[in-house]
Amino acid sequence: MIPTTYILLLSAIIFTIGAVGVLVRRNALIIFMSIEMMLNSVNLTLVALANQWGNLAGQIFVFIVIAVAAVEVAVGLAIIMAIVRHKDTTNIDEVHLLKG
Amino acid sequence: MSLIPFAILALLALLSALGVILSKNAVYSALWLLAHFLIIALMYFALSAQFLGIVQVIVYAGAIVVLFLFVIMLIGGTITPIKHESRPYARIAATIFGAIFLLGLLFAVAQGVTNLPAPQGAPDAGSVQAVGGPLYTTYLLPFELASVLLLIGMLGGIVLALKERKRL
Repeated sequence: MIPTTYILLLSAIIFTIGAVGVLVRRNALIIFMSIEMMLNSVNLTLVALANQWGNLAGQIFVFIVIAVAAVEVAVGLAIIMAIVRHKDTTNIDEVHLLKG
Repeated sequence: MSLIPFAILALLALLSALGVILSKNAVYSALWLLAHFLIIALMYFALSAQFLGIVQVIVYAGAIVVLFLFVIMLIGGTITPIKHESRPYARIAATIFGAIFLLGLLFAVAQGVTNLPAPQGAPDAGSVQAVGGPLYTTYLLPFELASVLLLIGMLGGIVLALKERKRL
């Protein structure tokens, strides 16, 4: 069996990679992918802890998170498509409609 | 799963995660993301969460990555190296932030999760039967709410797409 601590460390590193990706990239699509990666690393944590304590609640939580992530991707990509139709760019530095 | 396969999988997961954020082309990012999701699915199997492993492959690798690829193909993926994409100070600041954040997380894990007993999960703890039981009894309300959320998300996607079409 793999010690749970190793998996927690792995998902901490993946989460950080995702966070740095959100900060470094300006392409809205790649930022979105990084967010998905962060969600996934948290799911990995929950599955590892569900396995650690022999408790299924963590796995059901992950199931709900996956459903929410699917909705989030559908709506988020629709928004990105709308922005591209409107401004013809996916660079988030050029999308500042709400900036005062 | 013993430690050596886990180490290989972990290394591949980290490499594919780096591939997502360092690729010039958004299509390559999406393909790295696909690899990442598949590796995480393998880890779910190793953690005796078979049902979630299958769901991960179907929903993440099957639906979400394909949706990403659809959108990239529709809007025409632009190829921009990170150098031209972000400002240098933003990259330096993000790296420093990442290092501090990672140190904090690793410290928290090292401090908070010590001397754990051996994992207690049974090998078939995550089978469809085992997850389905509580999902349809104890956790019925969140399950139904998730279905309502999916419906609303679908309507939201349609509304966002239709509004713009009228304007054009």
